[in-house]
Amino acid sequence: MRNFSLSRRSMLGATAGLSALTLGACGTAGPGSSSGGGGGASASYWALSGEPNETIYGDSVEAFNEGDQGTIDLTFFQNDAYKQKIRTAIGAGEAPTIIYGWGGGGLRTYAEESQVDDLTSWLDENAEYRDRFVESVWAAASVDEKVYALPQGATQPIILFQNTAVLEDIGAEAPETWDQLLDVVEKANSAGVAPISLAGQSRWTSMMWLEYLLDRIGGPDVFARIAAGDAEAWLDDSVIAMGEKVVELLDASAFADGFESMAADSNTDQALLWTDQAALMLHGGWTFGSMKASGGDFVSSGRLGYGPFPTIDGGAGELANLVGNPCNYLSVSSAASDEEKEVALAFLRDGAMSDQVATDLIASGSVPVIVGQEEALAASEDADYLQWVYTSLQDAPAFTQSWDQALQPTEAETLLVNIEQLFLGAIGPEQFAENMAAGKGA
Amino acid sequence: MTALSSSPGSGALPAAARAGADGATAARSSTPSAGAVSDAPLSAAGAPTASRTRGPREERVQLSHLLFALPALAFFGVFALLPLVGVVALSFTSWNGIGAIEFTGLTSWTDALTRSTTWHGLALVVLMVVATWLLQTPLSILLGAFLAGQQRYRNLLAILYFLPLLLSSAAIAITFKSLLDPNFGLANGLDMPLLRQNWLGDPVLVWVVLLFIIAWQFIPFHTLIYQGAVRQIPHTMYEAAQIDGAGRVRQFFSITLPQLKYTLITSSTLMVVGALTYFDIIFVLTQGGPGIATRILPLDMYLTGFRGNEMGVASALAVMLVVIGLSLALGVQRLGGRDSSASQMEGA
Repeated sequence: MRNFSLSRRSMLGATAGLSALTLGACGTAGPGSSSGGGGGASASYWALSGEPNETIYGDSVEAFNEGDQGTIDLTFFQNDAYKQKIRTAIGAGEAPTIIYGWGGGGLRTYAEESQVDDLTSWLDENAEYRDRFVESVWAAASVDEKVYALPQGATQPIILFQNTAVLEDIGAEAPETWDQLLDVVEKANSAGVAPISLAGQSRWTSMMWLEYLLDRIGGPDVFARIAAGDAEAWLDDSVIAMGEKVVELLDASAFADGFESMAADSNTDQALLWTDQAALMLHGGWTFGSMKASGGDFVSSGRLGYGPFPTIDGGAGELANLVGNPCNYLSVSSAASDEEKEVALAFLRDGAMSDQVATDLIASGSVPVIVGQEEALAASEDADYLQWVYTSLQDAPAFTQSWDQALQPTEAETLLVNIEQLFLGAIGPEQFAENMAAGKGA
Repeated sequence: MTALSSSPGSGALPAAARAGADGATAARSSTPSAGAVSDAPLSAAGAPTASRTRGPREERVQLSHLLFALPALAFFGVFALLPLVGVVALSFTSWNGIGAIEFTGLTSWTDALTRSTTWHGLALVVLMVVATWLLQTPLSILLGAFLAGQQRYRNLLAILYFLPLLLSSAAIAITFKSLLDPNFGLANGLDMPLLRQNWLGDPVLVWVVLLFIIAWQFIPFHTLIYQGAVRQIPHTMYEAAQIDGAGRVRQFFSITLPQLKYTLITSSTLMVVGALTYFDIIFVLTQGGPGIATRILPLDMYLTGFRGNEMGVASALAVMLVVIGLSLALGVQRLGGRDSSASQMEGA
């Protein structure tokens, strides 16, 4: 039966070859290094898809390309797909000239491997550009006192959103202390609505609760130590106290039934709030725009409330402390040619966060990280909310970066696995702290 | 990752092609439906048909045969063997994906072998293999035998039934994810509180869901193989049995089932090897959650490599998967005995 085995082998070979080809095709489906027309130098730029930002940033690139400083080739990727693709591209030396990111730990790995340019001296030369931005954005862009990324987009603190109609129905107030929060939970449960909407399957959603709990209990210093690389800081008493608060919430059935099944990418957690099926939701400021766009009259009728995360008795953190993403960041790939870098920096200076971009961002319901926006915010149709966010940002004694962004990617993955286990009740607060200190993924 | 990358995502492709390899010999046939699809490419690559009908004669590999196989062999070398060597090499290094690759000896291997998630993932793979086989094989055989009947409506049923296989796993997973949403899914749409379960958030229920969806997607394929095979069984055998007074049940157990032995092996191989690589559905549906309840080894490998950025450890896991996959496939084949891939046409 030699014949047959030979043909079988060739079948296998063909199969392997074909699937490799198919996969290969996927792998190179990106923009590669195709140069834009127009004769001048060009730089590539990968950005995240999804409205309203896709239009805003697309327009900013178009406006820049009409000038004579060169051409930007813009390609959009989905969030999760981008996160994985960009690392592979950088590792393979195929990175775009302008690298989109979130600062923090991810940026640190790029900087340590010399994959992105040190922009400190460029910023010194362009002091005017630097002064346009809110001061708090620079920390997450810096590694060892050097700036490797430029701020872009809107500020995205985590906010405790409320459904004011539901709160009124169940006779509760927007919580400002832990006891008030537990009171909302109890009243909502007895009224048959979900107290808190949470898309637990996404894991980073649960993480937002931990971020605020740890801040309110131990103050911002505990996580600052962790982010600086002190794994022992996970064993701090406040980390365990944080875990115990989660257990308290779980025991009180504080989260919507089946919250472990819900994923944030389909926005069902927001839908639960805007369909009056939940009282509270802790989420990023970016959800305001999508609740406004998809939630019918939820926002316009004033049913959407918002406020700071409650304080905890005896805790060290202040009510005004924020956690979340300061903004997004753009870096320049060190693998790019000098010509490409020149175009990229021109775009970063004049195009990426132009006045038009700021105006568009405000119109879409978010707060650009540029100073002097008071008037524009006051004139917006979402003035109350936007001004509140803007003031909170400037008044915050501390703004802790989202943990999964602040940590090194490997540690961030360990964190997410342990968070999910904690919220499932599979591990307790002590085990959580120990796992994190040991870098052990559940 | 690379060595296995031909399996996750493209699972259906090798499956179909391999079915062709075995199906064609078993099903060179009077019924064009199942056999015809897979027959063509094989006879082109294999021996002249004349010698095949008469059984195994030619033992020598002729030069022309090698020439025919050359392009395929080249593909296989470049896209399968070369990456495999790369992955083996990577498994002895530490690499975060963007920095320098450091040779660190066995560190990645010890890491991979001492992590509890590895063993958990391996146990889940075993569970997956056993459960999918137990669930899918009996159903596929019964459905296949039923659909092999002659009435016209059965062909229609077979076609309708085959549809799930045409959908991509990602699309299936996304659809089911919406349907299973506890607040806005099927339970709400149909107003059936019974369906309102924590489908994807409960470590046990999530497995029920996974196995169901995978069965829903792949049983049609195996049914098709069995349907083809049942139609190969000579009518004379059934006629003889009827004369002897055997009922339908007896006919099924004494004729149909034994005659399906080799098809069973083919189908089982595909199922077992396929179950090793289920990745897309789980990745989209649960991301390995809740917790690590569905973090099977291939997914663990992916998450370790591309989320955790530990390429060395991920490569070690990949090598483990290759070894397990190969041994399982060879094991199932061996169960069938040496002649399991030989033509059965003259067996009646």
